[in-house]
Amino acid sequence: MKRKTLSTLAVHAALVAGSVVTLAPLLWMVSASFMSAGEANSSPPPLLPLRATLDQYRELFVRLDMGRSFLNSALLASCAALLSVVVNAAAGYAFAKLRFPARGPLFTGLLAAMVIPGQVAMLQVFLLLRSMGLVNSYAGVILPGVASIFGIFLVRQYAGSVPDELLDAARIDGAGELRIFWSIVLPLCRPILVTLGVLTFLGTWNDFMWPLIVLTDDSKWTLTVALASLSGEHVQDTELMMAGAVVTVLPALLLFLALQRSYIDGITAGGLKE
Amino acid sequence: MRALAAGLLLAAAAACTRGADPSDPVRLWAFGREGEVVRELVGELERRHPGLKVEVQQIPWTAAHEKLLTGFVGREMPDVAQMGNTWIPEMAALDAIEPLDTRVAASASVRPGDYYPGIWETNVLDGALYGVPWYVDTRLVFYRSDLLAAAGFPEVPRSWSAWRRAMEEVKRRGGPGRFGLLLPTNEWAQPVTLAVAAGAELLSDGGRHGAFRAPEFRRAAEFFIGLYRDGLAPPLANSQVANLYQQMAAGEFAMYVTGPWNLGEFRRRLPESLQGSWTTAPLPAPDGMPWPGVSLAGGSSLVVFRSSPRKDAAWKVVEFLSEPATQKRFWALCGDLPARRSAWDEPALAGDAKTASFRLQLEHVRATPKVPEWEQIAAKVWERLEPVARGARGLDGSLSSLDGDVESILEKRRWLLDRKAAGARK
Amino acid sequence: MRGLSTWRAREARSGLLLVAPGLLLLSVFLALPVVASLLLSLTDFDLYAIGDPSAARVVGLRNFARLLHDPVFWKALGNTFFFVVVGGPLTVSLSLGTALLLNHRLVRFPGLFRTIYFAPVVTTLVAVAAVWKYLYHPRFGLLNAALGFFGIGAIDWLGDPHWAMPAIVLMAAWKNFGASMIIFVAGLKAIPESLYEAARLDGAGPLQRFRLITVPLLAPTFLFVGLTTTIGYFQLFAEPYVMSGGDGGPMNATLSVALFMYKQGFRWWSIGSSAAIAFVLFAVILGATLLQRRLQKGGEA
Repeated sequence: MKRKTLSTLAVHAALVAGSVVTLAPLLWMVSASFMSAGEANSSPPPLLPLRATLDQYRELFVRLDMGRSFLNSALLASCAALLSVVVNAAAGYAFAKLRFPARGPLFTGLLAAMVIPGQVAMLQVFLLLRSMGLVNSYAGVILPGVASIFGIFLVRQYAGSVPDELLDAARIDGAGELRIFWSIVLPLCRPILVTLGVLTFLGTWNDFMWPLIVLTDDSKWTLTVALASLSGEHVQDTELMMAGAVVTVLPALLLFLALQRSYIDGITAGGLKE
Repeated sequence: MRALAAGLLLAAAAACTRGADPSDPVRLWAFGREGEVVRELVGELERRHPGLKVEVQQIPWTAAHEKLLTGFVGREMPDVAQMGNTWIPEMAALDAIEPLDTRVAASASVRPGDYYPGIWETNVLDGALYGVPWYVDTRLVFYRSDLLAAAGFPEVPRSWSAWRRAMEEVKRRGGPGRFGLLLPTNEWAQPVTLAVAAGAELLSDGGRHGAFRAPEFRRAAEFFIGLYRDGLAPPLANSQVANLYQQMAAGEFAMYVTGPWNLGEFRRRLPESLQGSWTTAPLPAPDGMPWPGVSLAGGSSLVVFRSSPRKDAAWKVVEFLSEPATQKRFWALCGDLPARRSAWDEPALAGDAKTASFRLQLEHVRATPKVPEWEQIAAKVWERLEPVARGARGLDGSLSSLDGDVESILEKRRWLLDRKAAGARK
Repeated sequence: MRGLSTWRAREARSGLLLVAPGLLLLSVFLALPVVASLLLSLTDFDLYAIGDPSAARVVGLRNFARLLHDPVFWKALGNTFFFVVVGGPLTVSLSLGTALLLNHRLVRFPGLFRTIYFAPVVTTLVAVAAVWKYLYHPRFGLLNAALGFFGIGAIDWLGDPHWAMPAIVLMAAWKNFGASMIIFVAGLKAIPESLYEAARLDGAGPLQRFRLITVPLLAPTFLFVGLTTTIGYFQLFAEPYVMSGGDGGPMNATLSVALFMYKQGFRWWSIGSSAAIAFVLFAVILGATLLQRRLQKGGEA
């Protein structure tokens, strides 16, 4: 009995300690965002604001127009997530359940291509966008990232567990393949689709390199690009930076909290087999 | 749901057709703080010319260089832009900017004689003028006058050997942890400013080869390295200086070679009590050369792009920003020093002792080599000198390596120049 | 009644239709640019060539040869290896450690802790880099303040060439360990509790249970996590870009190969050279991945 209590205590102590260390930077970020200008720049650094103020947030949204970047990010990330789910789910299901010529070699090729570092092709993709007239457009920001090998891989793993009997039964009933995909497979794959959607949303929301390269109008800027440019000009204004950081991090965190059940289920089914 | 997605996508893509219509607003790109400030200035221009609209795009400095080049490749260039004058050779090599000689000759507002010659000259390539200077920048000595006076030097000495003696004296009095000069090891401007003062050409033969083993550069490099070796300057990168203003206030260094933006920063970030104890002075000159030492001709110009469908309107913006009155207002708003001499008779500027050194120094400035590869070469200069400063490598070997690096960086340029010469001969 | 062959044909057609959008996008935005990149790496395409394409010359393997002689490239390679070799095991250990803790039978509120540990993964790098830059501040940072508590002197985390890369390793580990942790948790859950029960009844202690049950059964997951972490970490780019301002850090201490490639391409417009670096990186990752796979799989035999 005592050994059990000791173990329980030890495990929980470790978990709590880990939580504190993990959360510390984020909590300080929130705390600093409510401080007045210059307050954070002292030694030893303050943990809590003397008097909490919304000054920094006001500065962000009123003077620096972060509201627009926020909406841009939301629009962009949602579009990307939507498109990505549809495209990758279709391909993942096809690789899992539909026999078509060269299916095997194609999939092996895709897996091998996962090793290619993303930055290899950045410049060439940019030049490609230029010739397609998509520079400085949202399409240019989204399109290159819609199809994801990792996404196809995830869906294929998950879709592999859809019972063949179900699909055959539907075929016998006269349903077309696309209809089967849309009405039967997609609903069954909901968890992995949520995982995929969340991953893509987060990826696009947090991406700062690609939008920075593709978008020239600062009115089109996403939140992360705006934050990055803020850090260039106002690097001494720590509190303002922290407020900007909170605005960027919070929505992503909330989204995750809302969808985490499905997200975890998707990963659980997907990440195991080799 | 798919239709919704497609619809969103189309809307997003359609929302960005660039105006090729000449009557659209003039697009101006400005960087950093200047970008924030210029928005306020152009209102006046729009009032004078109803129908002329100016759209300002503010871009952070850290992304400015990349943005210009991605803009060029992506064919998304503005009509007029601020341009660091070391970037003008690149833009000219791309044939992206418009030569402005005829416009300047015909202009009532832009008068070349009213500009500092060394600065004006940075915009001239192969005999053509590619930009109009907007604000200027050069490097000179910011220092703690009280510390220097206590060491027996009422002002910054005028020769390098005396300058060294001042540093030695300050260090001797200050004790351990005190230095005469802050000299970051990872900034090209530090050694190159000294080199320019020593009369070094930096590149030879029309920018075809490196000249880093030439006697003038060697003299400057030896002086530079000697400061670290003899403990007069700490061998630190600028990122290792946690807070330069605090450390200056604490007297950890008595002097620092830097530019005009620090006029405002020193005023803001040094304590009230020390505001009377710091000031500026022009560069000391190497022994045997006239004072002040020649410094870097920096700053930004305004350029007009070849791809612009509204060059006349863009030129109007350039003229407006070049007017002495606008230059004075610009200075008042952001502290950047005006490129036009007549703007300097503004009482606040003329009367300020700390700014007076800049006024003098600006008459003695020289451009860095006007080759597109200069930024790359400049980076190599500090990369090769830093190990020597930290005592890890010898100077001779590093200068040879530097010349070697520059030789391969400039190979393409040599090939192109030869090709052009061969073509002209035909 | 439809014949089997019609079904098969219909299946094949639909299959191709469904993979088409994905494959098309990948061909256009991945395959094509990569091939173009390979071709460009054999030329000296640069700023001059952008203005005037005739100024590009085919130079064969010269870009690659130049790389081998460039000390900055070797520094970047060394930095990247350091990051992978130190940061990789650190992150994986943290992930595994927390996963083991979370999976403990006696834990209350596992979901809460799991969410907390995953939170850094969800955050925007630019945002947390700003926070961490501040935490690392030599004078005002929380980290040095905490160290000071234990009597350790202030370290200039981001400015000192010796500490800059470790600082990035630490931040990256904090940010990424949650992702692999979730995968480990899934893997651990797949191990039947009955095995542990049986072992306990046989008198096996916790360490023995770990060694004899957990390790072998977790091996495939461990391999997967190891490989993805290695591949991801070799591509280190965003962290040093944000923390060191795209410059490479003090004496290039935080310059990674990907960042070096970016600088060559987007700052100096030496596109040929940049493409060459990209391919060297790809080769390195491929080599390292194959090596790791062989080692880990061999170790289980």
